[in-house]
Amino acid sequence: MVDFAGWEMPIHYGSQLEEHHIVRRDAGMFDVSHMRAVDVAGCDAQPWLRRLVANDIAKLTLPGKALYSCMLNPQGGVIDDLIIYFFSPTRYRIVVNAGTADKDLGWMMKQTDGFNVSVTGRPELAMIAVQGPNARAKFWVAFPEAKAASENLVVFQAAEWNDWMIARTGYTGEDGFEITLPAADAPAAWQKLLAAGVAPIGLGARDTLRLEAGMNLYGSDMDETTLPTESGLTWTIDLKDAGRDFIGKSAMAARPPQRQLVGLLLEDRGVLRSHQQVITQQGNGETTSGSFSPTLQRSIALARVPLGVNIGDEVEVEIRDKRLKARVVKPNFARHGKALI
Amino acid sequence: MSIPSDLKYTKSHEWLRQEADGTVTIGITDHAQEALGDIVFLELPDAGRTVKAGEECAVVESVKAASDIYAPVSGEVVARNDAAVDAPESVNQDAYAAWLFKLKPGNPAEIGALLDAAAYAKVADEH
Repeated sequence: MVDFAGWEMPIHYGSQLEEHHIVRRDAGMFDVSHMRAVDVAGCDAQPWLRRLVANDIAKLTLPGKALYSCMLNPQGGVIDDLIIYFFSPTRYRIVVNAGTADKDLGWMMKQTDGFNVSVTGRPELAMIAVQGPNARAKFWVAFPEAKAASENLVVFQAAEWNDWMIARTGYTGEDGFEITLPAADAPAAWQKLLAAGVAPIGLGARDTLRLEAGMNLYGSDMDETTLPTESGLTWTIDLKDAGRDFIGKSAMAARPPQRQLVGLLLEDRGVLRSHQQVITQQGNGETTSGSFSPTLQRSIALARVPLGVNIGDEVEVEIRDKRLKARVVKPNFARHGKALI
Repeated sequence: MSIPSDLKYTKSHEWLRQEADGTVTIGITDHAQEALGDIVFLELPDAGRTVKAGEECAVVESVKAASDIYAPVSGEVVARNDAAVDAPESVNQDAYAAWLFKLKPGNPAEIGALLDAAAYAKVADEH
């Protein structure tokens, strides 16, 4: 058990490698109650969110559809990355990271002046992520009564079912659901999923799964000092509506990226970890996350390197007193049960 | 948790076995492999290297963390277990069979100062 932003969480229940493979091949569940739901309501909910975050929620029209976005500070740094669910132009739900939840909520409240909007943290809600190729089927075995409400969800869409929210989202690169539910319902729901053959998965496998899927971890791969354009998140910045002024927009326009986030595949033996020096012909960089990839049986990493470095380049990583060879790759190592490299 | 009574131990969770030829074989304990979790990489010292007691001389990496291994006694490295390097998971499977390296002790008196199984059991209990 480890402390994670004030939550006592298991790194693994048994073998971390086994847990990783279960999610890639079958179905596993994570207690992610540490993540915080924040409800946004009011007639200005939409214009407020269009100012608050870098992606443009105006593109959401299908009820329940979700959007991944960064919330930036005025300097263009990333305060947090979050998912926003659209239920109507006057009602949204945001899900934020545990470590930043209180900071996020404080920042959001400060931005409400002049907007008719209410922002409500929901710390009383629990969250269970069920992930893997068989995750949805096993969820329906446990909760057949929820099938009608959730079987037609497209990827990145949620349904409200009684007082639960069932979202076809996740942080593993596999299909599945993230269930937001009252904390009082969570222990019984966990037991029902267990009985349906969904294995409990710890924080350790959650990290290797997201890393293989090339998903950033806030606080490791980006933070308030890094631009989204230097964090592999340029695709989440929506500049189509030139008239929209979101927080951080002008600062970002004035700060062209100097660095980029890439993937590394270690060619020598060893294990990449965060904060190792990366030596390239264009200058030095640093790994931001690294681990052993159970799917590839090799070590992989995300690294922030100078802009001129290209996919396919050979670089070196300093591990203890040695320099090991690594290849620059697209940061998308494995998804949907398959290696992508 | 297995702690064989015929081995010597360190507070930093290495085990040591005295061989008939005067060398000592060194590995990590069952308790240590359990705490580390799935082991995926071993970095072992080359034969010929001289180490001091307490010196960092190997690294065991699991999926979750890297852990330094310390020489229980001073001496010269005479062998490393390349079979374990090729199959790091063997340390999880049997931490006492999957040894890491062998030393020719420089000061045999240091061996007497190591923990016996009963003393190590207390150390392991506290962690």
